[in-house]
Amino acid sequence: MTALAALIRRDIQIALRVGGGALIGVLFFLTVVVLMPFAVGPDLALLTRLGPAILWLGALLASLLTLDRLFMADHEDGSLDLIVMSRTPLELACAAKALAHWIAAGLPLIVATPVLGLLLNLDAPSTSAVALTLLAGTPALTFTGMIGAALAVTMHRGGLLLAVLVLPLSIPVLIFGVAASQGAITGLSFGAPFSILCALSLISFVIGPFAAAASLRHGLD
Amino acid sequence: MPERLLAGPATTIRDAMTLIDLANPTKFLSLTARVLPWLVAATAILLAIGLYQSAAAPDDYQQGATVKIMFIHVPNAWLSMFVWGVMSLAALGTLVWRHPLADVAAKAAAPIGAAFTFLALVTGSLWGRPMWGTYWEWDARLTSVLILFLMYLGLIALWRAVEDPSRAARAAAVLTLVGAINLPIIKFSVDWWNTLHQPASVMRLGGPTLDRAFLIPLLVMAAAFSLLFLTLLLAAMRNEILRRRVRSLQMIQASQRVA
Amino acid sequence: MMSLGPYASFIVTSYALVTAVVLILIVWIALDYRNQRQRLRELDQSGVTRRSGRSPADLR
Repeated sequence: MTALAALIRRDIQIALRVGGGALIGVLFFLTVVVLMPFAVGPDLALLTRLGPAILWLGALLASLLTLDRLFMADHEDGSLDLIVMSRTPLELACAAKALAHWIAAGLPLIVATPVLGLLLNLDAPSTSAVALTLLAGTPALTFTGMIGAALAVTMHRGGLLLAVLVLPLSIPVLIFGVAASQGAITGLSFGAPFSILCALSLISFVIGPFAAAASLRHGLD
Repeated sequence: MPERLLAGPATTIRDAMTLIDLANPTKFLSLTARVLPWLVAATAILLAIGLYQSAAAPDDYQQGATVKIMFIHVPNAWLSMFVWGVMSLAALGTLVWRHPLADVAAKAAAPIGAAFTFLALVTGSLWGRPMWGTYWEWDARLTSVLILFLMYLGLIALWRAVEDPSRAARAAAVLTLVGAINLPIIKFSVDWWNTLHQPASVMRLGGPTLDRAFLIPLLVMAAAFSLLFLTLLLAAMRNEILRRRVRSLQMIQASQRVA
Repeated sequence: MMSLGPYASFIVTSYALVTAVVLILIVWIALDYRNQRQRLRELDQSGVTRRSGRSPADLR
């Protein structure tokens, strides 16, 4: 247990310190959300209707951007080999890294959501609803994204391939995340899509680490 | 039969060796060379029968002649999922047993499965326009099949991204198994959600609800397409084995030149 | 010819697309086969030997 806690602490410290891994994600999130009104036009009513979708899309793309970093940095300085060879089960180590990544990169996105909601003409209850769905859904994005990161880590041009591999798996999370947000805003079905969103996250907690560990074991030898 | 039961270990060992022989790519090549002509003939015959029966099928009282699209749409849809299932079995063969032919089968099957999925989407779209009034609808069935198509493309990209064939096979195997989660979602999407796509009318617990005049051509076409898949798969597997042989010989040649 | 009704173009296009894609698959696999056999013949001519001692162009 201490080994895993140390791994989590190390990852969070690195993410917050070097190269601004966490902050880059938030900046990218901000960029996407700011670009949308330019693309869609300043029609405030339209922006309100699209608001949850734009926030979710921005969060998804931002977490995709930072996922690249999950294993790549460790692979480059050799610590990934140490992690794979250590006595801690690789599945738990992957889960710990994903948790650290979510704390360092996912939580800032959720914190930034209320501020960005203002740019999209969303009122406080609506942004809180979106933030809540992001809280439930971004773990799923991180844990399934980890599978793509593990597959792409040993390839040279892995970055683009990572996106291609991860996106089909992220689509259900996006669908139910936006559906839950819309449900909360309009007052109609919120419970059903939200439960499915939580279920997706829970499933990804299991499948993500196992698939990522398998990819790392087979890809690094 | 009784002699086999009494024959004991010797027979078992002989039978086991035949299975292991099949893992030998060379034996596989000679088997394919013998079997392929028969498969091609059988596929052609079944396709001809199926097409004739589809043409001769009556018009549906609601859809008219457009029901004929079902005879090519449904087999492609079934196969798009079946091929991913075959690849998943191959993935297990790669990861668990390190069976050499499993790698080859998985790589060969991916483009064929992608083609069937593409055809399912396109024929479905062309059938949807007259039947529902729209080429596309973001309901659960269509969306999940589109996701399946994207996953096929991602898988093919992954195969091509790694130079070493066995490392590529292992990475692809993991992705295939993760993607297999989509299969039950596709199958049951029409039951779990209110979809524009109609519910199952053939593969259901109560038996098919399709009239025999439509069910027979459909099953014949499904069998024909399955044989087509098997034929294409064996031929593509043969190509892949030869490609690996070329690769290792080129590496030997390069090292001989250096020496 | 049988009457295909008012949506005949949809039916014909569907069958035509299926035929086209299946033919593309067949042609692609057949050409790939010829390609690999050609390369094996070239390797055979350049004198490379397989571990089993058989010629590269030998399909067994």
